Order: sequence, then structure tokens, then C-alpha cells
Amino acid sequence: AYKRFSELLPKEERENACSARVPKSQILTLPELRANPFQHRICRVFSTSDDGDDSMSFEDFLDMLSAFSDSATPDIKSHYAFRIFDFDDDGVLDRKDLEKLVNCLTGHGEESRLSNAEMEQLIRNILEESDIDKDGTINLSEFQHVISRSPDFTSSFKIVL
Amino acid sequence: FRDCQQADIRYLSGWKQWKRTSSKSLKKVLNEVKELSSYLKLWRHDIHSIEGKFGTGIQSYFSFLRFLVLLNFIIFILMFSFVILPSVISKYGVFNSSFAKIPPKNIEPHCTVYKPSGNKGLVYFYTYLEDLFSGTGFLEVTSLFYGYYTIDAAWISMLRYNLPLAYLLATFAYLALSLIWILKRSVEGFRQNLVHAEDQFQSYCNKVFAGWDFCITDPNAARLKHRSLQYELQTDLEEERLKQKIADRTMKEKLRIYSLRIFINIIVIAVLSGCFYSIYRATVFSQENSSVSIRHDIRRGSVANLLVQYLPSIVITLANFIAPQIFSFLIRFEDYSPAFEIRLTLMRCIFVRLANIGVLLFSLWSQISYCATDECKACGYNYELYPCWESEVGQEMYKLMIFDFMIIVAAVLFMGFPRKLLVTHCSWKLVQWWGVQEFGISDNVLEIIYGQTICWIGTFFSPLLPAIATIKYFIIFYIKKISLIHTCKPAARPVRASSSNFFFLVVLLIGLFLAFIPLGISIAHIPSSKACGPFRNFNTSWAVVPDTIREFPTGLQQVLYGIASEAFAVPFFMVICLIMFYFIALAGAHKRVVEQLREQLVLEGRDKLFLIRKIAEAQRH
Repeated sequence: AYKRFSELLPKEERENACSARVPKSQILTLPELRANPFQHRICRVFSTSDDGDDSMSFEDFLDMLSAFSDSATPDIKSHYAFRIFDFDDDGVLDRKDLEKLVNCLTGHGEESRLSNAEMEQLIRNILEESDIDKDGTINLSEFQHVISRSPDFTSSFKIVL
Repeated sequence: FRDCQQADIRYLSGWKQWKRTSSKSLKKVLNEVKELSSYLKLWRHDIHSIEGKFGTGIQSYFSFLRFLVLLNFIIFILMFSFVILPSVISKYGVFNSSFAKIPPKNIEPHCTVYKPSGNKGLVYFYTYLEDLFSGTGFLEVTSLFYGYYTIDAAWISMLRYNLPLAYLLATFAYLALSLIWILKRSVEGFRQNLVHAEDQFQSYCNKVFAGWDFCITDPNAARLKHRSLQYELQTDLEEERLKQKIADRTMKEKLRIYSLRIFINIIVIAVLSGCFYSIYRATVFSQENSSVSIRHDIRRGSVANLLVQYLPSIVITLANFIAPQIFSFLIRFEDYSPAFEIRLTLMRCIFVRLANIGVLLFSLWSQISYCATDECKACGYNYELYPCWESEVGQEMYKLMIFDFMIIVAAVLFMGFPRKLLVTHCSWKLVQWWGVQEFGISDNVLEIIYGQTICWIGTFFSPLLPAIATIKYFIIFYIKKISLIHTCKPAARPVRASSSNFFFLVVLLIGLFLAFIPLGISIAHIPSSKACGPFRNFNTSWAVVPDTIREFPTGLQQVLYGIASEAFAVPFFMVICLIMFYFIALAGAHKRVVEQLREQLVLEGRDKLFLIRKIAEAQRH
């Protein structure tokens, strides 16, 4: 993993790769993230940089890999998944977050989006299944409850270097 | 998350810290051992790259194929060490061993005449080729078929090795081994399936939150995944709308649809009976007209002869190809929901494929046990045409397996590649719309399950068959991989990995149970041939077990008879039923507890809202 991280840095900074920060544009060139529709959210969630430029240090990189690895518990994975899906960072998944999530899943482009009626029906179904306190949003515990019943989550939410 | 862990560590005492670090290092060691053993796994890198490019659905097909290669290899090792090796050792006199061919007692002498021609004298080269493909001639007398094992006891340097008993027990052992291994693998998938099936209304959340496969690295694959997710979501929403429409149907419409469905089911049964009858006639024709040198002295042109020999296989393959097309055409008129349509067509296809083998065996048996004369009745089977009938059955299974393999290779070479070449170089609208072949996962899986069922049935009659099956599946893996990468596009309908793994294993289990039936009938009901094979001196192949038991000490004999008697079996059966009812009741109770807990969660949420509202009101005053 250290090798992959240091490859992302420009040549001058390779020696002290442990303390350097890699800018977001470089991170996105990793093959595992290149094809991922959630790449921007992943960088935002795992980056600990103070100036909001979403650059990642080696520790952030390791954090990301360990959260996506096979040995991470479902608890950790669902926690991070919740933060990744929360597009406006308000701590709950509301209708706008879900809409953006579905659009990410179906692809970018006009003909690959669901129609408004279908989107309404889909969001209504999702909230019906997961929103237990019926407040129109999904908080972390509701999300974790839904994920624990989902059979495909652990096998799809993983990245292997 | 790391802060959490750090906080935890600070509060633990020294002893607990040491325990924690030692368990961590143990876990690390175990992890490294697991990683090392996964390096040894066959095709690990290939399957991983397929998963990355084509998703988990297709990857599950290839892992299933790998599982079958391993299973066949283990079965072959079993048969080899217990049956083939002792026979070969004793026949060639290695290690100062010999074998005893006990002369058959109180059996009519005409039953024991068996002269397989091992191609003595000058023969043409093409005879060898013909024999290779049809299992007759020089192959018939090798250890490939049952007839070679005409050994009643083998003496390997002072130890007496009871070959008939070993042969029968090895058969039971490989069946039991397959059953246990498949059950073990399917328990995991069953658990997932149960959880998923229980909460049918969680499917949307599962698709949206766990829909994206983070393993995908290839942009092409990502585009396909986007499209398949969109398709799947749209289909599910449409299905929900359809369900609403079905619930709103009037009585008149219901009547019309039900009568249409009954009519179509009658057509399906007619198609099935047509298949079965044609297989029956083809087998009978092939058996009557194939000129094996033992039967007639006229030798026809060898290609025609080969075709006649392979006629049952050709008819079965045609039926396996045509029937599913007819079924998928008919089901459109039955107006089911899309998911149920797929499942019903799949069930019908499975039934066609597996029942075809059953019909072939049944027609073979009707030929073998057809007895007109008294002498024939004394032997119990048609001794003139089939002096060694187990070898005949083995030959049919061998031919089926070879033909199946040739068809798979031919389909890739002559249908997959030309189609891809046509689509890339010819720009007609029609051809582009027709497109490349889709990698139909269920079709491919049914193909290999069909092959595996043949292997299970045939291993009793031809002990080297598992080795052939291992090599066949090994080659098929590479052929399918090449065909997938170069000529196929993934199926538009996405397949979920968790349910498809379980589904493959369930169908494999159905194949295994279907293999039990013919084997059971051959072993226990049809008299074994008196002219060849290890069971010459017994009435049926099963009879070797009671004979061996009779030689046990009296106490053990009484215990075994007691277990097999009704006085033991009936109470045992009742106890098993009681245990089953207990578990069903337990499962029902657990379900009710889950429902109650869900309701409690809802109430908690409402309590919280109520309290928050009260606080807000109190703050206002």
C-alpha cells in the first residue's frame, strides 16, 4: 500500500511520503477510484485536511483502505457508507441526498436518469422501508438497521488493492 | 474511529492490554496463513479479474465451475485409490500380488459368455478413432469400463482385498461426499436467502445502498453497471405497478387468463412428451442398429456407424436446445410478473435437461431387460445382446460426456466467434441490432450441471469418468473465459450474487438426487451381469453387502438387523418428525419476536418525537 501511495506523489516528495499530502486530482487517478461514481464523496469523507481541498495523507489513505477491506466490521463499513452517501453533510439522508445517490448510481447523462415519477416512487419506497420514525429522513441507526439486513452490502462495499 | 480505539486502550489494565496484543498478533498470523492458502487456490487471479470486469454474477458462475473441478478430482482420487489401483496392481502382479477369479457357481453357463474383441489382428487406423469416440473395441477392455474389474478378490502380499465390496462402498462414498460438500456450501447461501426472502420489502434499500460494486475498476464495466442498475430499478418499479394492476383485475379477465395458462401448460407437457418419445425411439434405434463387432459381422461405413452410435446424444442435445426456446416463447402469453416468468422458464428448462437423461436410461433398461426366451429369463437380462450390460451403460454415459464437451467447444468456435466477427466488420442495421452473444449465466450453469449429473451416474459403470470430467471442466473454464472476454457482452438483466450461488447449488442438488434414482435401480433391482464385473457371483450388485454382513460376528449382525427392522425405524422416524416440528415452531417464534422488536423501534421513535414536542412547548411558555 505504501508503494501505491508513493507512486501518486511527484518525484521530489517521494522520500518523505509519510508526511506529504496528495492532492485530490492525483488520488482520483487510482484505478480503483477512477470508475467509482462516489469518488468525490470518498475523498471528502476520508480527507482530514483543514483547508477543505480534499487532499489525503498516507494515514488517510490507510484509513480508506482499511474501511474498505475485508476485515472491517459491518459496523465500520455502514458508518462510512452513511457519511459517503450524505451528500450535504447534514448528518441525515433526506430526499435530496437520496435523489443525488440514485442519479450517481444510474450514471451521468440525460437518458440514464430515472423520470421524475419513477424517482418519486423509488424514494417513497426507500423511505417506507427504512424510515422507522417516519420523519422523512434516514438517520445513522436506521441506515445501519437497513444495511444489516442487506445481503450484498459486505460483498459490494469493498476495495482490494 | 481511531480516536475511539485510542480511548478504549487508555482505560484497559495491563493484563487486558497484553491479552489484546497477543490476540491481535494471533489474528495476524492466522490472516497470513489464510492469505498463503488463498494463493494456492486454483485460478484465484483469473476469477478476481473476471469479477472486476464483469461483476459478481458472472464471477459466481466461474467459482461454481472451479468447485466442480475440485469435486470431480476428489471423486476420481477416491475411485482411483480404492478401486482402480488395487485392480491394476493385482492384474500386473506388482508387489507380489495376484487376483482370484472365482468360478461362478450355480449360474447357467450361457449367461457367462462374453468375448469382447480387443481388436486383435490387423485393423484399420480409423477403427481406433471410432473406438475412441464410441468406447467400444479396444477401449471396452481397458479399466475405463466396468467389464475390466472381473476380480472377485485381490491378494496384495498376504492381505485379502475384497474388491466387490470396495467397488460398492466407493460408489456410496462418492455420492455421500458430493452430497455433504454441496450441502455445506449451500448452507451459507441458504442463510442469506432466508434473511432476504423474509424481508421482501427491503429490496429497494438493498439495491440502492448496496447496489454499486466497489470492486469495479474498468470504465467499460462501470458503464455497464450503471446501465444495469438503472434497468433493474426501472424493472422493479414497473413490477410494482404491474402488481397493482393484477390486483385490480376483474373476474372475467381472471377467467380468461387462467384458461390461457392451462392451455399453455398442456402445450408444454406435449412438447416434453415429444422430446421424451423421440429420445426413446432414438435410443432403441441406435441400440438395434449400431454394428458393434460382437453383435453383427457386417461393418458399415464408419462415419455412419458413429452417427448411429451418437444418435441419442444428438437427439438429447437438440431437445436441450430447442425446448428452452419454445418455453421462453410461450411464457410471454401467460402474463406473469417478469421475475416469476424467469423462474418458471428456468424450472422448465432444468426439468427438460435432467429428465432427458432419465428417459435415455429408462429406454436403455427396457432394452436390456427385455426377455423373450426362457434362457434369457434365467439370466435376468438379455444375455445375447448385452452380456456385459454395465459396460454398455458406461459406454452411453461416456459418449454423452464426450459429445457434450464437443458441443460446448463447437458452440464457442462456430457460433460465438463468427458472430462477433460479423458484428465488428459488417455495419448493416439488422446485424448491429442482433449484436454479440450475451453470456447467459443460467444457460451455462444448466449445461455444466447436466454434465455433472452424467458424471455422477456414469462413475459406477465407468470408474475413470471423473478424471475425464475433471479434464473437461478444466478446459471448459479456459474456453468460457476466452469466449467471455472476446465474444460476449454481459447479460442486460443483472444477477445478484447471493441468490445465484444458492440457486446453482440447489439445482446441482436436484441433479444429484436424480442421479440417485438410476444408480439405486441398477444396484438393487437389475440383476448384475454374470459374465463380467466384480458382482458376477451375486444376484444384484447390492447383494454383496448382506453377504459381507453374514460373515460378521453374531452380536454385530443382530445389532445391524435390529437397526434395519421396523421396530427401530418407525420410532426413529417419529422422533425426527418431532424435532422438525420443534424447529419450525422455533423459527415461527423468532419471526414473531422480530416483528415485536420492529414495532418497539417505531414506538421509540414516536416517543422521542412526542418528548421533543413537549420540550419545545415547555420552552415556549
